[in-house]
Amino acid sequence: MSLLTFTDVSKSYDNQVRVIDRLSFSIEKGEFITLIGPSGCGKTTLLKMINGLIPFDEGEISVKDRSLADWDLIKLRREIGYVIQQIGLFPHMTIEKNIGYVLSLLGRDPEDQREKAKELIKLVGLDAGYLSRYPRELSGGQKQRVGVARALAADPDIILMDEPFGAVDDITRKVLQDEMKALHQKLKKTIVFVTHDIEEAIKLGTRIVLMDQGKIVQAGTKEEMLFSPATEFTKRFLGSKSFNAYLGQLAIEEVYRPYDQLINKVSLDKERIFIKDTAMEGIRKMIKENLQSLVVINEEDQAVGEFQLQDIQQKIQL
Amino acid sequence: MIQFMRNVGNLYRDRSEFFIRLTMEHIYLSFIAIVLIAIIGITIGITIAKYRKLAEPVLSVVNFIYTIPSIALFGILVAVTGIGNRSALIALVVYGMLPMIRNTYVAISEIDDLIIESAIGMGTTGKQLLLRIQLPLALPVIIAGFRIMVVMTIALGGIASFIGAGGLGVAIWRGITTSFPEMTVAGSLLVALLAIVVDLVLGFIEKIARKKVLGTVKN
Repeated sequence: MSLLTFTDVSKSYDNQVRVIDRLSFSIEKGEFITLIGPSGCGKTTLLKMINGLIPFDEGEISVKDRSLADWDLIKLRREIGYVIQQIGLFPHMTIEKNIGYVLSLLGRDPEDQREKAKELIKLVGLDAGYLSRYPRELSGGQKQRVGVARALAADPDIILMDEPFGAVDDITRKVLQDEMKALHQKLKKTIVFVTHDIEEAIKLGTRIVLMDQGKIVQAGTKEEMLFSPATEFTKRFLGSKSFNAYLGQLAIEEVYRPYDQLINKVSLDKERIFIKDTAMEGIRKMIKENLQSLVVINEEDQAVGEFQLQDIQQKIQL
Repeated sequence: MIQFMRNVGNLYRDRSEFFIRLTMEHIYLSFIAIVLIAIIGITIGITIAKYRKLAEPVLSVVNFIYTIPSIALFGILVAVTGIGNRSALIALVVYGMLPMIRNTYVAISEIDDLIIESAIGMGTTGKQLLLRIQLPLALPVIIAGFRIMVVMTIALGGIASFIGAGGLGVAIWRGITTSFPEMTVAGSLLVALLAIVVDLVLGFIEKIARKKVLGTVKN
């Protein structure tokens, strides 16, 4: 069974326009779902329905095989991590108290809270010295990291994130995105992430959900979204930026052909590319050096395979 | 002038027991009024912050009461509840309500919605929201309101004697009726002194609370 299921869910304000319109969708364990769409498409509404912050009129939502109607909302919310725009850290609590907040609601031992805070602050890449500070003493990026740590405190299976990186500068955002991606791979949490930034959606999502006027226009992997858009809207919305983002997040590692799969080895005196580099970087090199292929090298500086444009195409067809 | 102040000083010395008794009465009366106002005012403030629809009518009524001249209110109360401490207490409580209710209400309703949303989204119950998030964050503004209320109550307590209540107003009133200005000034000075000392102490507490919650001592 799916971790999260929406069945014919509808919601309207003042019986006017439907902000969510007979929407059905399910999310599996371990997915990183990025919800994207134009302003007012209902993506944030959909997210807030999951933890009962916004009620719906029709249909059913079930979390962990139990209908939302049967959940004690307080209990449910404590089992779901929640990170919002501008984070919403509590200004009158230290970072340690902020991170341990849900644990304190659950009545856990203060010593446990302290231990957990210490563990989590390191996980999100901050020094334990910050634990005694107040949110106002932190930069935007640091606050955001604390927000993520706070959401992880009670070890939830599901984490909801509502444009969490909207308020930080570009460079910090890129770093936070990389960290979030790594964190997801490490912890295997199920993440539902609302964003209006298509590049962010492509970069982070294992599945991308494009919404418009309360409906899901298309949901699929990055490759499906980019190379087989179901509608003109998908094509238009994703635009060239998303293709850029796709190449920018695709590691050579994911597409190159190792030597053991090659029948004819190419000569080794070609231009090289590091295995962890992106396809974008590889393409740039090929254009610059006017080459058809590059030699892929690993961390030990050994040539392990070859990278060509066709390799990307193979990936798309998968 | 110097002679006059010397007379006041002599008065304090000669009638020290009298003034200590009045000061104690004054503190006692003010203290009871302040506790009542704080409990009732903060409760009403919290309630109207939670049920926003109530806020406007409640604040209008409290504002209206505040505009009634104190002497007039004392007059009305004498007719209803008679002469004595009870009427004085009612008058003090009614007047002190405005800063307490308004500050509590404003402080709670001005907390950033995102903070409230993330608290609720993480599974905070209504009671926990109030005790762990709203009240601590509202505290500096509530204390500021409390401070205004306390000073006001102590000052207003000075004229409560007009309707037969005890306190330093007795000295003021006696000074006026017996053409004994030294007595009036002696009583007034003690009221002022009391108000200033209490205000300084509360100001210090407010500063600590503000620093803890907002990280600044501005404003």
